[in-house]
Amino acid sequence: MNPRIWHIATNTFREAVRDRVLYNLIAFALLMSGAAVLVGQISIGIERLVVINLGLTAVSLFGIVIAIFIGIGLVSKEIEKRTLYTVLSRPVRRWEFVAGKFFGLSGTLIVNTFFMAIGVFVALLYVSHSFKHADAGILVALYFIILQFLIITALALLFSSFSSPLLSAIFAFALFLIGTFAEDLRGFARLTHGIARWLATGAAYLVPNFSALNVISQVAHDNPVSRQLIAYNTVYALAYTVAVLSATAMIFERRNLK
Amino acid sequence: MHAIEILGLEKTYNIGFWRKRPKRALHPLNLAIEDGEIFGFLGPNGAGKTTTLKMLMGLVFPSAGSARILGMDLHDPRMKAQIGFLPEQPYFYDYLTARELLRYYGQLSGVDSRQLSSKVEEVLEKVGLRDSMNVQLRKFSKGMLQRAGIAQAILHDPKVVFLDEPMSGLDPMGRREVRTLIEELKRDGKTVFFSTHILSDAEALCDRVAVINLGQLRGVGAVADLTSGVKGKVEIVWQGSAVPAAIKSSGAETHIAGETTRAVIPEQDQDAAIDALRRERLRLISVTPVRASLEDYFMAQLKPSAEEVVPR
Amino acid sequence: MIRKRNVALPAAAILVASFAASALLLWRIDRLRSNAAVEDALYVTSPKLLKRLSLGYEGLLADIYWTRAVQYYGAMHHSGGGDYKLLWPLLNIASQLDPHLTRVYEFGGPFLSTNPPNGAGLPQRGVELVEFGIQENPDNWHLYYDLGFIHYDLKDYNAAAEAFLRGSKLPNANPVLRVLAARMAEHGGDVETARMMWTATFETSSDKDVRQNALDHLRALKADYDVTELERLVEVYKKNFKVFPTTFEDMVVAGLLKGIPADPTGHAYKLEPGGKVLVSNPDDLPFVQKGVPPGYVPKHVVIDRP
Repeated sequence: MNPRIWHIATNTFREAVRDRVLYNLIAFALLMSGAAVLVGQISIGIERLVVINLGLTAVSLFGIVIAIFIGIGLVSKEIEKRTLYTVLSRPVRRWEFVAGKFFGLSGTLIVNTFFMAIGVFVALLYVSHSFKHADAGILVALYFIILQFLIITALALLFSSFSSPLLSAIFAFALFLIGTFAEDLRGFARLTHGIARWLATGAAYLVPNFSALNVISQVAHDNPVSRQLIAYNTVYALAYTVAVLSATAMIFERRNLK
Repeated sequence: MHAIEILGLEKTYNIGFWRKRPKRALHPLNLAIEDGEIFGFLGPNGAGKTTTLKMLMGLVFPSAGSARILGMDLHDPRMKAQIGFLPEQPYFYDYLTARELLRYYGQLSGVDSRQLSSKVEEVLEKVGLRDSMNVQLRKFSKGMLQRAGIAQAILHDPKVVFLDEPMSGLDPMGRREVRTLIEELKRDGKTVFFSTHILSDAEALCDRVAVINLGQLRGVGAVADLTSGVKGKVEIVWQGSAVPAAIKSSGAETHIAGETTRAVIPEQDQDAAIDALRRERLRLISVTPVRASLEDYFMAQLKPSAEEVVPR
Repeated sequence: MIRKRNVALPAAAILVASFAASALLLWRIDRLRSNAAVEDALYVTSPKLLKRLSLGYEGLLADIYWTRAVQYYGAMHHSGGGDYKLLWPLLNIASQLDPHLTRVYEFGGPFLSTNPPNGAGLPQRGVELVEFGIQENPDNWHLYYDLGFIHYDLKDYNAAAEAFLRGSKLPNANPVLRVLAARMAEHGGDVETARMMWTATFETSSDKDVRQNALDHLRALKADYDVTELERLVEVYKKNFKVFPTTFEDMVVAGLLKGIPADPTGHAYKLEPGGKVLVSNPDDLPFVQKGVPPGYVPKHVVIDRP
């Protein structure tokens, strides 16, 4: 990788870690252990279901919150603190800065998710006392969640490059919500006619498709995820992320940093 | 070759809710800064100094005009590797130590990784932060941050160094240290371009200055040349406490201290005053020119001319 | 500034290309997962839990599940029918999330109780759903009507009569309920009853599709009646003249008809040799049962009740 992008990425990672973002893991660990123990006590035959559903949903939500709250500050904080000026007065191109920030935050989230995954599996082991073959599905679900993180990080970065932190947070969160119901939005588009149909369809394609990336219930019920879906989702997430990052680079390239 | 060439650089912002109202932050500016000189860019707050610097750093895009640094275009990465920049009141990354900060900047500037550690230590020593090398920046005082800022600006041995208000927020000792550093930079053959509104610093350090106000250049030149043009004053001291009518009527300031009187009069009235004293038989003790200061020149340039009245 | 242009152009190109790729993939993912969104209905083992999890937004969630139900039904119906396996879970969740969403009962009930290919063929569930709706919305007389209609469709005229009667007792009930209750008991299977039912549906509903559907049913009933009557007159002609009439003109001349008869869509009926009367274009008269040529299959799968 381009050395400047790498250094910016590692610096972003270091900043996030020292800003105590990883402390969220403590909260997560508490949640998972609490749930595992409680569920183990009640023992109504759905321990696996609860642990997987709760665990994966928590991984997803914690991560989205981190992605948004750190993401929205990635550019605006550097401008506010004027650290950006000293970076850009060096032979660093603006798009390299965007890329570095993206990789830094994504890396942080992947590391965070890795630790959380361990937590989920430990809790699962505790309630089930063994692993099943179907547990591989959990890995797929986690992989999809990471793809979601990539998309949300790119979006938060996009908004951060031209908007205030508050607005960025609102936009990013709104897109996350709408994206979760993206399939319904497309279904709704199919039911309408005329202008409404065009608008709804356009919106449905612009909005990130998080519904296809959410296989938590499916995996909790031991239903496998098709390989085709894995392949398609991977390419989709990468294409969408690249699109958003290009837009960010374009906007940032022309921005006057007053 | 000039170190810095500014050719008609200008910036107009559009402000207001619909972004329709033009606000001229900088009128077309033409300047040439020589290799190896310390150049001061003077002006009150809001004069356009920071806007100019930001345009030179590629942070703000000019509305018109161009500039070249070391003969290269403003966006040329080769040029950027040879310049250093200290922004106004920098803050830096809270959770990094001074050493980590400089390593980061060094890496971004393309400093050879083998030499990086030694260069970082060297420059920290130079700015007097060696003892705080491993302290996190959020614990730094304002003066220490300023010094860290200078450190990152010179770490990669740039040929041209740009400093925006380098003395701001420093106590007199800090200011003296920074002054010494700037003089050292010149000795090392670097060109220094710094903006300030503190005239005494500029007077002490600069080879040449430019005065800017309300986005317009008001004057450029060597300090000595600029101040010589301003009509100076002379101080006359004589025995006794009587003030000759001629001197009093010229409106000069007079101070009576014990047995002597001192008056400061315009240079051109000097001969008339000495005659007046002789007529009244007052014994002349001394006649000393009071050297015009840069401040006099500065204040003279700042008087707005008719065309500058900004329409609301 | 030369360098600036250098980034904008490739960035724009990448933006367009990658976005196009993402849109294409989205389309393919969609086709892959056409039922996936609705399938998660199978995983909701407890609608009550879902309600609590929705943190107060259960109304919105109910709307989403209802929309999914409609799409699911529409898609399956359009492709020629299926097992409608997910229909009950979807409707159940929607009604549990928002018991006051009356459309769920009004349309969902018939969707469930009608036999395939027009419905899930689960009459018990249909009745269960509408009864739940009545329980949660006791002042809504129309729900009793919907319940009655389901029973009527299943030819359980007594149950239908009972439902109409219950509804007629509500202070704001439409008087037609009482009339239908009385009618149902004795003449449940009559054509006249059917005509009254469909007229009542037409008049009490404000939904465009429902009214159109009722109109279509009424027209079909009229056509059925016309064909029956015309064939009876043909028999009379045959009895008198020993041969079948060749055209309707013959019957006019014989004084049996006043003019060339036309169906409710305005097209003339056709008289076949052998005395059969046919509707000239059966596709214009969905639901018509008489007067269709042998081996006729409706052009499109018809929705019996939207």
